[in-house]
Amino acid sequence: MAATVTHSPAEVHVHDEHGHDEHAHGNFWTTYIFSEDHKVIAKQFLITGMIWALIGGILSVLFRLQLGFPEANLSWLKPLLGGWLTAEGKIDPEFYLALVTMHGTIMVFFVLTAGLSGTFSNFLIPLQVGARDMASGFMNMLSYWFFFLSSVVMLTSLFISTGPAAGGWTIYPPLSALPQAISGSGLGMTLWLVSMALFIVSSLLGSINYITTVINLRTKGMTFTKLPLTIWAFFFTAIIGILAFPVLFGAALLLIFDRSFGTSFYLSDIYIGGEALPNQGGSPILFQHLFWFLGHPEVYIVLLPALGLSSEIIATNSRKPIFGYKAMVGSMMFIAILSFVVWAHHMFVTGMNPFLGSIFTLLTLIIAVPSAVKIFNYVTTLWKGNLIFTPAMLFSIGLVSFFLTGGITGLFLGNSAVDIQLHDTYFVVAHFHLVMGSASFFGMMAGVYHWFPKMFGRMMDNRLGYIHFWLTFIGVYLVFFPMHYIGIAGFPRRYYTWTTFETFSGFADLNMLVSIAAIITLSAQFIFIFNFVYAIFRGKKAPANPWNSNTLEWTTPRLPGHGNWPGEIPTVYRWPYDYSKPGAKDDFIPQNVPYSETPESNFPFENEQIKLELGNNGAIVVENKKH
Amino acid sequence: MTSEFRIVEEPKQPLAMNAKKFAMWLFLVSVGMLFAAFSSAYIVRQAEGNWVDFSLPSLFYYTTAIIVLSGISMQWAYFAAKKDEFGKVKTLVGITAVLGIAFLVGQVIGWRQLTESSIYLVGNPSGSFVYILTGLHGAHLIGGIVFLIIVLISAFQMKIHSKNLLQIELCVTYWHFLGGLWIYLFVFLILNR
Repeated sequence: MAATVTHSPAEVHVHDEHGHDEHAHGNFWTTYIFSEDHKVIAKQFLITGMIWALIGGILSVLFRLQLGFPEANLSWLKPLLGGWLTAEGKIDPEFYLALVTMHGTIMVFFVLTAGLSGTFSNFLIPLQVGARDMASGFMNMLSYWFFFLSSVVMLTSLFISTGPAAGGWTIYPPLSALPQAISGSGLGMTLWLVSMALFIVSSLLGSINYITTVINLRTKGMTFTKLPLTIWAFFFTAIIGILAFPVLFGAALLLIFDRSFGTSFYLSDIYIGGEALPNQGGSPILFQHLFWFLGHPEVYIVLLPALGLSSEIIATNSRKPIFGYKAMVGSMMFIAILSFVVWAHHMFVTGMNPFLGSIFTLLTLIIAVPSAVKIFNYVTTLWKGNLIFTPAMLFSIGLVSFFLTGGITGLFLGNSAVDIQLHDTYFVVAHFHLVMGSASFFGMMAGVYHWFPKMFGRMMDNRLGYIHFWLTFIGVYLVFFPMHYIGIAGFPRRYYTWTTFETFSGFADLNMLVSIAAIITLSAQFIFIFNFVYAIFRGKKAPANPWNSNTLEWTTPRLPGHGNWPGEIPTVYRWPYDYSKPGAKDDFIPQNVPYSETPESNFPFENEQIKLELGNNGAIVVENKKH
Repeated sequence: MTSEFRIVEEPKQPLAMNAKKFAMWLFLVSVGMLFAAFSSAYIVRQAEGNWVDFSLPSLFYYTTAIIVLSGISMQWAYFAAKKDEFGKVKTLVGITAVLGIAFLVGQVIGWRQLTESSIYLVGNPSGSFVYILTGLHGAHLIGGIVFLIIVLISAFQMKIHSKNLLQIELCVTYWHFLGGLWIYLFVFLILNR
């Protein structure tokens, strides 16, 4: 009789496994394609993002070939580029502009927004706050498929006969509004706008889900002050996304009306071939205001998740609590707020009122304060830590390095007077590629190396990881550091060639160096791709918690099934950074270990907390533990 | 079998509200940002001059009254659902949907009034903005009417009662948001001629 009602723990376990199997092996389509499981969706985002990163990287090498070797005969690229090569075997000048445009669009939106935020917010939010899944699995699935559709449209635009959009990733009108202006402003631009509209829908669906999950689906005991910094970063990122992306949608909508329905929001007094266009009364500056109101926060949409990931990785691999947890959260919040009031620093040379310019200079320079707080905290976390140099750790330190070197040049560019000289030169290109591009890319790589064992249950190869890191790290500096000099010398960005100007020919060798470094950096990424794909199938099997980390995702089984935890969701008792706590048995105490189990390492106020609970009868739980 | 009693502090479930309601509010925030962007674009563009003045269609006053009425009937339907008055819920949600459609028809006739005073979508941005703002609001309202029809269907299936209010609560929130948004847009357009 008793046997029928009592389950031994083993039986329960078997039962759970069975239940999970039924979910996992439903059907190929529901498991891997139209999955509502946040982990599968995260992997879909990651792999799509990686494909895009490769495409974006190849495009950049194509235009670097033109810039570094303007005289070279590229006819060996005929199979790839076809009609986009001129008779002399050089890249068509208009296609060069399309390459630059598509490189920017792909990297900013498809790789570093969807690929980064989409992957890690989806993967880590439910696992780290202790939830079975996202608030709405269906919306989450929609979010990925809108992104996929948007990707298909953007990819299609690369192959049409008039070429993809070519007005720069910022698609300023009138260049982008008038098909007569440049061949890329025809069908290519239309596809760009359609793709971005779908992308914005995807991003909003994702962001709404992330915020809702963080606020409403935290496990017991997971107060805001016990959230890992990754979650804080994703949370702020999603808030910025919800506030900023609708504005881009508005800007794009007005542009669509200007292009297709003949309105004049952005167009006025334009003559083409001596003929006046009918459009009257518009203002191209209006577009810049709307665009940069998204565009600047977008920088932090890209950067904040990377900062969150690296905070977690640096604390774990320094075996030390993160230095200044509250300062880290506060500075991210401050950055998020400031990101909305600095957009006009992209527009200093549009004839803006100098007084307004000085206000935006001030607001822009204030961003240096929270940024410096973050760098200080990273360095002080590393300071005297028991550093473990996993590839993820190296990439995180690389992020700190780029965030610093790239951030410092921001002080120059944010100054409305200095910006007059530097605006639209390679100095700007160097600045944002270091601080936003490379820093975020390194954060993403760090995240992939660190969470790969939880994603695929296997380990990536460390040695290949080190080779990948050093080649990429040195390569990135070789690509972008010389660009500062080229920019100060006055080279404008997006120019097809400078060889016709005697003044600029002195920098040809530097440009060649940059191009060679770019090719090496891109080649190094294939090491990563090999490592990634090989490890998915043949990698060493990973333990459940390979990095001895504290956060909740490492309390799941090696391959968490649908619902993440086979039994009950763990309860959280402490913050996520109890590394090397004095007196503790191990150098880490996971978040789900109560203070009463670690009397040897508790601080007085932590013991106090247990006592407080003792005094209050209602809050005591007596756990009956059998031996 | 020895058993050991241990005292563990009990962590509380953190503050949370219904996830769907919360998501709805976030959606409203993003729609709000879209219209905030257009409002500021309107003001910035107007400040640059070259701005054609015209009067708004008189019909907009009537459509405003219609949407206010629809807000009242929607709220009433919600109260009825709370009291399990099934018949009333069906009628009132139906009335709200009809009023919503009437509002849309009124807006389109309002556009015709605009064209009669030779203000077209294509032309000076002052006119184009009116079309874009009303059109975009209308597009969101179509979504609201679809939602109302879904609510109406579940009302006929007796799925809306005092124990199952989530769907109608979401619909009420969205509908009031659309009403409030229209009143904001109308006042904004009147004040910024």
